[in-house]
Amino acid sequence: MSTVVDEHAEPEVHAPPSPPKPRWRRLLLGPGWIRAVWMTALFWWIGFGIVVGIRALAGWDPVVFWDAIIVVAGLTAAPIGFLAGLGAFDYWLAWAFGQPTKPEDHSGHGARRWTDYFRINTDHKVIGIQYVTTTIFFFLAGGLLAMLVRAELARPEADFVDPQTYNELFSVHASLMIFLFVIPAFAGLANYVLPLMIGAPDMAFPKLNALSYWLLPIAGIMMLTSFFFPGFGAGWTNYAPLSVEQPFGNVFFSMAVQWAGASSIMTALNFLVTIITMRAPGMTFWRMPLLVWANFTTSLLVVIATPFIAGSQFFVMFDKLMHTNFFDMTEGGYPLGYQHIFWFYSHPAVYIMILPGFGIASEVISTMSRKPIFGYRLMALSLVAILILGFSVWAHHMFVAGMATWLRIPMMITTLLIAVPTGIKVFSWLATTWEGRINFSTPMLWGLGFVSQFVIGGLSGIFLGAVPIDIHASDTYFIVAHIHYVLLGGSLFTIFAGIYYWFPKMTGRMYNERLGKFHFWVTFLAFNATFFPMHIIGIQGMPRRVYTYDPQFGDWNLFISISSFVLGVSFLVFVYNMIVSWARGPRAPANPWRGMTLEWQVSSPPPLFNFDEVPQVVGNPYEYGVPGARHAVFNGTREEVRAEEEVRA
Amino acid sequence: MRAGSLIRVLLVALLLAAAATAVAIFIPWLPDNASKEGGRIDFVFWFVTAICIAIFSVVASLSVYSLIKFRAKPDDDSDGPPVHGHTGIEITWTVVPLILVIAMIVVSSVALAQNDRNPSGSMRVEILGQQFAWVVAYPPEGATEDMDGFVCFNRGPGNAIEFARRCKASPNLLLPLDRPARLHLTAREVIHSFWVPEFRQKQDAVPGLDTEITVTPTKIGNFPFICTELCGLGHALMRTRAIVMPESQFEAWRRRGSR
Repeated sequence: MSTVVDEHAEPEVHAPPSPPKPRWRRLLLGPGWIRAVWMTALFWWIGFGIVVGIRALAGWDPVVFWDAIIVVAGLTAAPIGFLAGLGAFDYWLAWAFGQPTKPEDHSGHGARRWTDYFRINTDHKVIGIQYVTTTIFFFLAGGLLAMLVRAELARPEADFVDPQTYNELFSVHASLMIFLFVIPAFAGLANYVLPLMIGAPDMAFPKLNALSYWLLPIAGIMMLTSFFFPGFGAGWTNYAPLSVEQPFGNVFFSMAVQWAGASSIMTALNFLVTIITMRAPGMTFWRMPLLVWANFTTSLLVVIATPFIAGSQFFVMFDKLMHTNFFDMTEGGYPLGYQHIFWFYSHPAVYIMILPGFGIASEVISTMSRKPIFGYRLMALSLVAILILGFSVWAHHMFVAGMATWLRIPMMITTLLIAVPTGIKVFSWLATTWEGRINFSTPMLWGLGFVSQFVIGGLSGIFLGAVPIDIHASDTYFIVAHIHYVLLGGSLFTIFAGIYYWFPKMTGRMYNERLGKFHFWVTFLAFNATFFPMHIIGIQGMPRRVYTYDPQFGDWNLFISISSFVLGVSFLVFVYNMIVSWARGPRAPANPWRGMTLEWQVSSPPPLFNFDEVPQVVGNPYEYGVPGARHAVFNGTREEVRAEEEVRA
Repeated sequence: MRAGSLIRVLLVALLLAAAATAVAIFIPWLPDNASKEGGRIDFVFWFVTAICIAIFSVVASLSVYSLIKFRAKPDDDSDGPPVHGHTGIEITWTVVPLILVIAMIVVSSVALAQNDRNPSGSMRVEILGQQFAWVVAYPPEGATEDMDGFVCFNRGPGNAIEFARRCKASPNLLLPLDRPARLHLTAREVIHSFWVPEFRQKQDAVPGLDTEITVTPTKIGNFPFICTELCGLGHALMRTRAIVMPESQFEAWRRRGSR
């Protein structure tokens, strides 16, 4: 095992503060929340002025046209003002205006007080924690919406909310869970551990990293405030022409997706550059932990695919506000065009939402089984295979949509072929546990729970990939069951595995193991009770996205609703455990799981710049059971490193 | 793997396969089948189910056995054997799934090709989805299609869809027994989707497009006919009936009060 670096005394490493300015001036004009508040208002009025000014000059009636004002001032200008006020652009603007840029004193790096989590911070570890806590907030909000949906569905009659509210409940639920929870939660976990894992002091672009985090709350608040502006009720898929026909509030989805998508793209670029250029000496691609591989492939998916959903939502908004006709057949548009563009992002998005989970599962299962990952190279290559195949399957969401019938065959072939690399991963995880010394700690329970549930989700995916079965099952509760098995049993379970696994590293404290296990078992059982019966009622004939349904499905739905409330309550155990353990949990050692990857070779939490000396990577990351094997050495001279390399060879 | 553990894993696998088969057989999954096309879809369904039960029992038995057998004893800090992989096993679990996948692709493609055919002598039926009701129209024999490919629905002023008076219309889908019907679907404002669970056939109705699907009813009865594509506030209420009747009764209905 490598040496453990002691935590350093943090505040002393920073340069003394620049000559003090008057306190009121600093508060009002310095980056921070006060400036964010008045700049948000200022930019709102600038946006208002632009719209009203143009309309007055052009002589359009009415001059004060609220639809345009809300889009320009509320959903575009005000968020930019907020970011500028908080200080996201300070460095770049100073540079652009030719002012002398401030020498980096690292005062915006690291968290010394809890308030440091509420400002622009360039430390990837702080940003990672910002991401994870923010996404959990939106996860709880989205879960609450799901429980309102289930409250309506408990009985076959329409008795709880009105149809427009119902449509908005499930639309916002899905949008929050996808764009504000699963995708950014993975980005947050990777933000924290990925630079550590490759031996880097931070991400390649720390300021961009901070900016991409602060775009998220903007997107989330837009989605939640949409309830005050009816119209976000066409499902998260927002299919045209229904979305174009929706009331004005639909633009809240169109714009929120732009903010969340921009955040995703920036983070993905940051990951790509970090992985390609900032690996520690000796960290070849074939020595990278699988989590790094997973985020490498995920980031490629994000940068290639995300612009397509941005485009699709701009088209919808233009059709709606500017009366273009992208999707109106009688005016030369093409309604299926929307679905092709939308799914060209949203199918790869399914892999964006699961590949990082594959990476987390690989880390947890290998460490907790005390065995090397079985078939490491094939595991990495299967990620690449999924990346490539993932771009060729989008139209399997459209088997009944009315596209050219022949197109269904190639899409079915690629869709079912993805089962092969996915199967390889499942078999490899099982083979990794075989003859291991399995430690059933909380992260491992979530990791194994993920494998078991993902197998079920994968098998129902085979049913849906076969076109004839999909014709019967698409747009039913069978689909709802399938996506929840892959996104909840798949993505959510690995997110929990990751949070529990790295909680000691991130907070420096241990969580409560008994509560963690209790949380797992309640969630696991309630999850299956909630979603397995949906397969049955779907195949039997219950369509999705309905607030009232045939009474023959009433009993199952009541059972599902009750289970879903248990499922919802189970997350309170998690929240309680996290808060109490973070505040008062026992101190965590540097390496509680005896892991070999680099993040475990530094203190918990790691030093401000991660490594006091640059690690020299000398071997593979999962050499459990190999006598004397090391992934990296610290303090190693060139000769020692070379000797170590020869032993490995 | 030693022979003893192999036998134990096999036993667990058989047990799990039996349990999964019981779930597949004793839970009433598919509704009654009432069409020729549905029979082919059901065949694919059970074919895929059999393969999935096999995969499930292999994966689940291996994991159940592994998790029980190889749990670490308390205070056991040792590592497992440093096995990095096994080329033969890795090739096996790449190639075997590949073969199963190809089998499913072939079976699905054959069933799809058969279901997609428009059999000679089929009856033309035109269906219009609109918020929030279906209009089913039966064109007279020998009528010619207009520009949009429909006989019963034309474009009037402002591109609004109008109903041609020469067709017989119904809010329900009435079909004669054992005669293939070729359904032509379109929609007025937003996308709707045709689904009769007992026919297994589903097809979106898209504004401006003519989408087609074949249904050959094999059972007399009265089945739900529902919209499955979110189409607005009344989506959940966009339900009507598909009624299958003997040919003579259908012809009598068609002649009655025809316009």
